[in-house]
Amino acid sequence: MKPLAVTAFSIVSPLGRGRAATLEALRARRGGLRPNDFADAPLETWIGRVDGLEVAPLDGELAHYDCRNNRLAALAFEEDGFGAVVARARERYGASRVAVLLGTTTSGIAETERAWRERQPDGSLPRWYRYRETHNLFSLADFVRRRARLAGPATTISTACSSSAKVFAAAGRLIEAGFADAAVVGGVDTLCRMTLHGFRSLELLARGPCRPCDAERDGLSIGEAAGFALLERDAAPGSGLALLGYGESSDAYHMSSPHPEGAGAAMAMRAALDRAGVRPREVDYINLHGTGTPANDRAEDAAVHAVFGDAVPCSSTKGWTGHTLGAAGIVEAVVALLCLEHGLLPGSLNLRRVDPALRSRIALETEARALRRVLSNSFGFGGSNCSLLFGTA
Amino acid sequence: MIEAFLAGVGILGPGLPDWPAARRVLARVEPWRAAPPAEPRPESLPPNERRRGARTARWAIGVAEEALRGSGVAAGEAAAVFASSSGDGETLAQICEALAQPAPEMSPTRFHNSVHNAACGYWSIAAGCSRPAVALCAHDSSFGAALIEAAAQLAGGERAVLLAAYDLPYPAPLDAARPLGQPLAVALLLCGEERGRTLARLRLESASPAQAPAAAPVEPAAFAANPAGRALPLLARVARGEAAVVRVDLPGGGALAVTARP
Repeated sequence: MKPLAVTAFSIVSPLGRGRAATLEALRARRGGLRPNDFADAPLETWIGRVDGLEVAPLDGELAHYDCRNNRLAALAFEEDGFGAVVARARERYGASRVAVLLGTTTSGIAETERAWRERQPDGSLPRWYRYRETHNLFSLADFVRRRARLAGPATTISTACSSSAKVFAAAGRLIEAGFADAAVVGGVDTLCRMTLHGFRSLELLARGPCRPCDAERDGLSIGEAAGFALLERDAAPGSGLALLGYGESSDAYHMSSPHPEGAGAAMAMRAALDRAGVRPREVDYINLHGTGTPANDRAEDAAVHAVFGDAVPCSSTKGWTGHTLGAAGIVEAVVALLCLEHGLLPGSLNLRRVDPALRSRIALETEARALRRVLSNSFGFGGSNCSLLFGTA
Repeated sequence: MIEAFLAGVGILGPGLPDWPAARRVLARVEPWRAAPPAEPRPESLPPNERRRGARTARWAIGVAEEALRGSGVAAGEAAAVFASSSGDGETLAQICEALAQPAPEMSPTRFHNSVHNAACGYWSIAAGCSRPAVALCAHDSSFGAALIEAAAQLAGGERAVLLAAYDLPYPAPLDAARPLGQPLAVALLLCGEERGRTLARLRLESASPAQAPAAAPVEPAAFAANPAGRALPLLARVARGEAAVVRVDLPGGGALAVTARP
């Protein structure tokens, strides 16, 4: 594929607000996880939480979209000057030529959880409850397109934990097919009862902060985050950061367990390399999905080893952010872009002893190193796999 | 502008038990009667998954199987685009009820059934299909969002794309917050080249709301509130074997002009 320019990107995560705070946390090995203090689901685990959302209600003409998820979306949209670059793209291409494709798994479901607890005596939901603007998955893309005053195709993609990686692939296709000239992509997921209790029911929550690739890893830490990127058709050579390729596949194996040999994951990585016309040894760093569950890290390692052997350093940055579920794709795309931009190869956080069963080259320490191509993996329930290859065009 | 061959259709809803019957209703050869269809029991789903899967997954897989049957396209060959506004309402209500308890206990099966891509995940298992699969939501315009994604996939080199759009009414009390009318699932098998069977040739172009033809009403009207019902005006033209340009609204304000020829 022709590289697609990434002309702006932004992030708000447990590491802080904006790219500078994120980069600084990665460099200083300062993680964003803490003992669970989310009052709505007091389970014994660690979480990655964004401070201040409770006191930042939406106001103005989109106030009726108010919910934790859209609050976080609004913060990230204005962070790092992102909204201003989108406004320039709107002027340049026209509002109807800029698509909005965003990923989330739970949108504003916390509003439905609360409404359910506050049902009226006849069983009906309380009058304050707004389904369309909060719970419905499209709420996110609808809120952002209205805020950005865009009129191109707008959709929420929801494929569990690959959601906000797959938006890059969908945007690449729409632009390539001529349905849009640019696209706002990204994703948002926020803490709620459903995901904390859901992952507990699967016995996948770590007791302490998650430890991807550690011999004694015991699960994941749920996080919340939002991030955006602007993709544009015309990437002038040498102009900066670009999406070079994307690859998608389905495990066709099990709803909530990965294929044990990572067959689908390997297929997605190979497809991303093929689309970019890049050989495995031309990749400088792989940001793993690396959730910290025993099964995920084992299967992903098998897949990485099948494609790259032990030649390419790889690490999971979920020890910093936690697993931000539907936002994981964009969070780790932003990490990949920051690494390319600033010459950084992140190591692993909370890792005491690398699982001896893993055969890939797990990076332990964070290093300053110029990178040209970074691959980012995102996998989700339902066997949904997506790999993104970023580089300098 | 993208060209596609419609190689198969699957449909399920009250009074629309399968494509041959729905074809007669949509072509106005026979009147629509609101008889509930038999619940699908997808043959391709392994017994464990058939038992665990939610009702929306069974409906979506049921119409997917019908669209592929006799098409000349193998189940493992088609990329999947699944569109639903609402996901699985029964699962959602059960989870909300569990989470409202003082000490919530959630079923792990319900949790994985609650993800929006549960139906397409089950489908990929049923079909043994490792092609890319996406699940999306665009509220009332979910069908349009799926159609433009499917068109872009064909343009990007996929040989066959299976589009499934489905919404089943929410149980109480959610049904009051989001009325969905009658349940409906439809599947369209779209191919980049002519295969064993062609029900219609389609040309898909984006159009501004001013350029696009007027939207045709959803008939039978019982499906007008169901986002999957947005597929019915196009399917009605296919059923009648007419050449026509049909408008499919896109989320965001635009539209696709779909030219259908027999």
